[in-house]
Parts: sequence; C-alpha cells; structure tokens
Amino acid sequence: MNVIELKNITKTYHLGGGEEVPVLRGVTCSVERGKVVALMGASGSGKSTLMNILGFLDDPSGGEYFLDGQDVTHLTSSERADIRGSRIGFVFQNFNLLPRTSALHNVMMPLEYRRSACDRKAAKLYACELLERLGLGDRMNHHPSQLSGGQQQRVAIARALVNRPSILFADEPTGNLDSVTTVEILEMFRRLNREDGITIVLVTHDEEVCGYADRTIHIRDGLVMDGGFSESKGVQ
Amino acid sequence: MRISFQSVYTAFNALRRNLMRTFLTMLGIVIGIAAVITMMEIGNGAAKQIAEKISNMGSNILMVFPYAIEKAGVSTGAGTGVTLTSEDCEAIIRECPSVRSATPVVRGTDIQIVYGNKNWSPQRVESGSEMYFDVNEWTVSDGEPFSARDVAVSACVCVIGKTVADELFGDESPVGSQVRLNNVIFTVCGVLSPKGANLMGMDQNDNIVIPWTTMRNRLSRSGGTASTSSVSTEYSRGDVYSLSEVELYPARDASQTENYLMPIRFNNINAISASAVSADAIESATSEIAELLRLRHRIKSGAEDDFEIRDMSELLSTLTSTTELMTGLLLVVALISLVVGGVGIMNIMLVSVTERTREIGLRMAVGARSSDILVQFLVESLILCLLGGIFGILCGRAASEIISSVNGWPVSPSFFAVVLSALVSASIGIVFGFYPAWRASRLNPIDALHYE
Ligand SMILES: Nc1ncnc2c1ncn2[C@@H]1O[C@H](COP(=O)(O)OP(=O)(O)OP(=O)(O)O)[C@@H](O)[C@H]1O
Ligand SMILES: [Mg+2]
Repeated sequence: MNVIELKNITKTYHLGGGEEVPVLRGVTCSVERGKVVALMGASGSGKSTLMNILGFLDDPSGGEYFLDGQDVTHLTSSERADIRGSRIGFVFQNFNLLPRTSALHNVMMPLEYRRSACDRKAAKLYACELLERLGLGDRMNHHPSQLSGGQQQRVAIARALVNRPSILFADEPTGNLDSVTTVEILEMFRRLNREDGITIVLVTHDEEVCGYADRTIHIRDGLVMDGGFSESKGVQ
Repeated sequence: MRISFQSVYTAFNALRRNLMRTFLTMLGIVIGIAAVITMMEIGNGAAKQIAEKISNMGSNILMVFPYAIEKAGVSTGAGTGVTLTSEDCEAIIRECPSVRSATPVVRGTDIQIVYGNKNWSPQRVESGSEMYFDVNEWTVSDGEPFSARDVAVSACVCVIGKTVADELFGDESPVGSQVRLNNVIFTVCGVLSPKGANLMGMDQNDNIVIPWTTMRNRLSRSGGTASTSSVSTEYSRGDVYSLSEVELYPARDASQTENYLMPIRFNNINAISASAVSADAIESATSEIAELLRLRHRIKSGAEDDFEIRDMSELLSTLTSTTELMTGLLLVVALISLVVGGVGIMNIMLVSVTERTREIGLRMAVGARSSDILVQFLVESLILCLLGGIFGILCGRAASEIISSVNGWPVSPSFFAVVLSALVSASIGIVFGFYPAWRASRLNPIDALHYE
C-alpha cells in the first residue's frame, strides 16, 4: 500500500518579467507505508521543491498527488492546513524553532492549532515523553539559543511528532550538523520508524545517510531518474 | 473567525516571548492616550472654569454710562459725563419690561474700614439702591441687606463681603457692629454670601456695599462730579475738592455725621447698573433703555446719545472664543501626540514583520489555518491596545491630577478624550498589528518561512 503517490507532478516558478523557471518537470513516484525513503540529487535538482509539495507547504503547478489513496491535489488552504497539522510532520534544515521559547513550549506549539478536542494535560505529558525519548529530558526549559544544533533539531523532530503524524518529511535534517550528531539523528529516525511505524521521507546529500533508508529516490533536473528506486539495503 | 481561549493563550505567549516589543508598542499607545486625555482635561477644565466665572459675573448685567466727554479728542472715560440721574434709573425700572431691576451707581473713593483696633482696605467700595443685590444676583448670608428706606435717608449702613468680615471680625458675627469708614461711623447690617474669584483672579468677596445716597452725601471724598455739578468740569475731582483733605474743622462726631446732609442739587449719578430678565433679553433691554433715555433726555432723532450702554456680551464672546481656541489648540497638540504615538506603534509592529512572517510561516507549517493566524494576531493587538489603553487612561488621569494639584489648574474629566484616544490608538494598534498577519497569512507557508 502506498501512502504517497505522485503522478507527473510539475512545478514552475514564475519570475518577474515573464521568466519561467521549470524546476520539476513531471515527477512520478510512490512511497510505501512504514518505509524510510531517501531523496537524493545534485544541488538545485529540485529536492526541496518536491519536499515542500509533499509536505503541503507549496502547491504543485500540475500533476496529481494522492495521500493514503485520497486525491489531495486540489484542496482548500484550510484543508491543507489540517493535513499539515494532523497527518504529517515536517523537519526543516534550519530547525525553525520559536526564539525565546522553551523546548517544551516549542514542541507543544502545534497543539494550539489542533482541531480535534485535545486534553492539554495529556498533550503536555506526550510532549515531555517525546523530548525524553529524544534524549532532551533535562533540556525541556532551555530556549533554542541555549541548545546545540543537534539538540535544536531534536526539538524540531519532537515538534513534528507531537500530533502523532503517520508521515514525517525531513529536508536535509542533518545538513547543519556534524557527522556524529548526524548519526544520532538518523538513528533516531530509524527508531521512530521501527517503534511507531512512521513513514519517513528525507532529503540528503550524504551517501552515508542513504544507508539508513530502505530505498533511495534519485532526482536529476526535476525528474526522477530511470529505475527511480534502488533498494539500498541490499545494494550496499 | 472565533476567538477561543486557545487563541488568547497563544497571543499572550507571543507577547510574553517578545517583552521588549510588547513594551515599546504599549508605550506608544500609553503615551498617545495619556497625552490626549491630559491635554483635553486641562482644556476642558479651563473652559469650564471660565464658563463658571462668566455665569458668576452676572452675564445679563447692563451698564448705562453718561457719554464719555471728549476733551480735545481725548476721551476721559465712560462715566465722566453727568447726564444720568436717579430718576432715569427709576424710569428704567418702571418702563422697560425687559429689565428686571436696576440700581444707580455712585463711584466711591478708596476707603479704610476700621473696627476696634483692626483696619482693612477693601478692594472695591460699591454703592447702589436696595436693588443692588437683585441686579448682581448676590444674596446676604448673614443679617439683612439695606432697605429702600436706608437709601432714602442716606443711612450709614453697609453690607460687607466675606473677606472683609473675616479680616475684621474673625469668628464674631459682624451684624449690628459699628465700624468706621474714613471716620464716618457705619452699622454693618449684613454679610454677603461668598462668591468665587472672578475672571481676573480677583477676590470678589473683598468688597463693601453701601447705599448710593450715602456714598454721594457722606462718603465721597469730593461729593463727586455727580452730586454737585451738572456742568462738565475741566478739572479732575481731586484738584477741585482737594480742600477736603485739609482738616479745617475738628472731626465730626457720630451724631453730627448722622445729622449732616449735603445739599442735593441734582440727583446725578455715575452710572446705572441694570439686569435684564434673562441673558437672551439683553438686546431688547438695551434698545428699550436707549429709547427711554433718548426720550427723557430730549435727544433729537439723528443726534447722538448722551449716554452709552454696555453689556458683557462682547466680553463673553471674546472669552468664549478664546477658550474654544485654547481647547482646540490643546486638542491639536493632543492629536499630534496621538499621531506620534501611532507612528511609534506602527514602526515597532512593522519592524517586527520579518520575524513575525517567519513565525507565521512556521505556525502554518505545523497546522495553523489562515484564520487561526488572523485571530491570533487580532487578539494580540487587542490585548496590547486594551492594556495600553487602560494604562494610558490611568496615566492620563494621574498626569492631569498631578498637574492640577501642582499648578492649581482646573481639570475636568473628559469622556470624549477617553473615547477618542482609545479609538484612535486602538485602530492604529489593530491595523498595524494585524497587517503583517494578514499579509503573511495569504502566503504559502514556505514563502512565509523564506520571507526576508
Ligand atoms: N521561489 C523560487 N523562485 C524561483 N526559483 C526557485 C525558487 N525556489 C527554488 N527555485 C529554483 O528551483 C531549483 C530547485 O531548487 P531546490 O531548492 O528545490 O533545490 P535543492 O535540490 O533542494 O537544492 P539543495 O540540495 O541545494 O538544497 C533551483 O534552481 C532554484 O533556483
Ligand atoms: Mg534543498
């Protein structure tokens, strides 16, 4: 069963003066439930663009997008917001934490927009539990400026998970981190995938990172490369 | 859009997270509101005080003066002529329906009032008939005003102002006591009820009132131009009658004074003070008096009046327009400070736009709808404006209280100022607090996140 299915997704940026920049030229691919998928490609090949479309942060110019078998290509902005809030989580390369706000409050921030009735106490407990699991039990009241890069990224991951999404998107989550921290973060992803069955799609430049993925999708010039998916596990 | 507890909570957190920005924004609102309130309260207070003094002054009083005599083109001032008589006054009372009451006025000299071993020089020595009190809308709080009979016989009775009573008698009741006015013995028959300071800040209670006949016959140092001559004199009164300053005879005792009457040749008086039945009747009273006096003085049509009628309406309108000008000026100053405060609010809110746009992108990325963002920022602005508004009102009130107690300026709370300043700064706060949110909420989350 594929959680995500893309059919011929295109994205063209329109610059001022009528100039058009085609970035994605028809991406067709799918992601199976419960897998860790890596997205690789040269810089400027359109990985981030694709991730933003996958994560409902941006609209595709054309093509179709199916999430859990449901056509989500044409949704209102509120419906898209609800999907962002309840079914997916997004981790950014530059963390994007709220400044001057404790780790715990950063993690709890998405709860403010939860539609379903929400028990604040239980939600807070869950946020604490997530931070504990990510090894930040003793850093809950620290502000982002008082945390290391790796710790900040773990706060961001906890924030992406606090609404119990089934899919986690991560755009170069380790791009700003050193190799030791990178390994820590990747281990974390694997564990989340194994323990909670979360589907993870992550963008990386790093061949090593692919070692943690079940499958790698290669992108070049806005197109998924022939034989788009290689079972990296076996290949390695 | 729906404002829930959650959005208030979120807004409070956001405000708390950036205390400096919150503080600066609120400062702008507080200063704007406080300035408007203080300015307008001071302006209002001044206007109110002037209005009070005007009504205190007896705004429907008319003064009739003999026409000023010109000597070689130099006016010697109203009242220097000698064309008015007490009969004119009686005729006015009798025949002018718009006049409620009128009294002759004879000018007094400076006098010293002595009681026991104390003496006092009141600022004003006034004279009139028994109608003086009605004309000036002044009541006697202790004792009695002098009567028509007292006026008829030039009785040596006087009514004294509160200040005079306090100075000379302290806690004693002055009624019935004997005092000396320039060595003439008078009986105090009453004390005027106190009045506030007048427009010039003069104490209105520092006066003494005696019958005009007494003033003319017994007190006037010279007897006055009014009493002795119907011909205009080239000399000022003091020059001609300076003899009275030289004591040729031993001072008269009380009974001699009582019995001594100056021969009355003419009933000339210095002025007539009349009060119209109402402030609106001033104009008709003026024309009635003018018509009557022209008739009595046998002035041919086309010839000039030999008298002059003055009322306070001109003074009043000048005062009123001055106050209005001042209030307007203060309002402009207040509005400028409101604008300055508003620009402050606007700046601080727009400056934080970049950070806030990213924050909005992030919030949308984790599931906030556009409407959530709008509500949150609206609530944030509302909280800012509400708190700033309350502080501003308190500060404005406090400031005007302080100013009024330090400078002694009157202030009067102005509901209009509160509403105006609250409305203006709230709308500025809301518009500029809301604007970045409105703009960012229309972006894709990713565009808001990448906003520079
Ligand atoms: N908002 C935009 N307007 C115009 N062009 C854009 C915009 N965003 C991205 N692009 C273009 O789209 C192309 C793909 O960008 P994208 O960020 O997806 O690359 P990427 O694969 O993520 O690269 P990197 O590995 O360096 O992050 C780039 O050539 C970029 O210039
Ligand atoms: Mg990228």
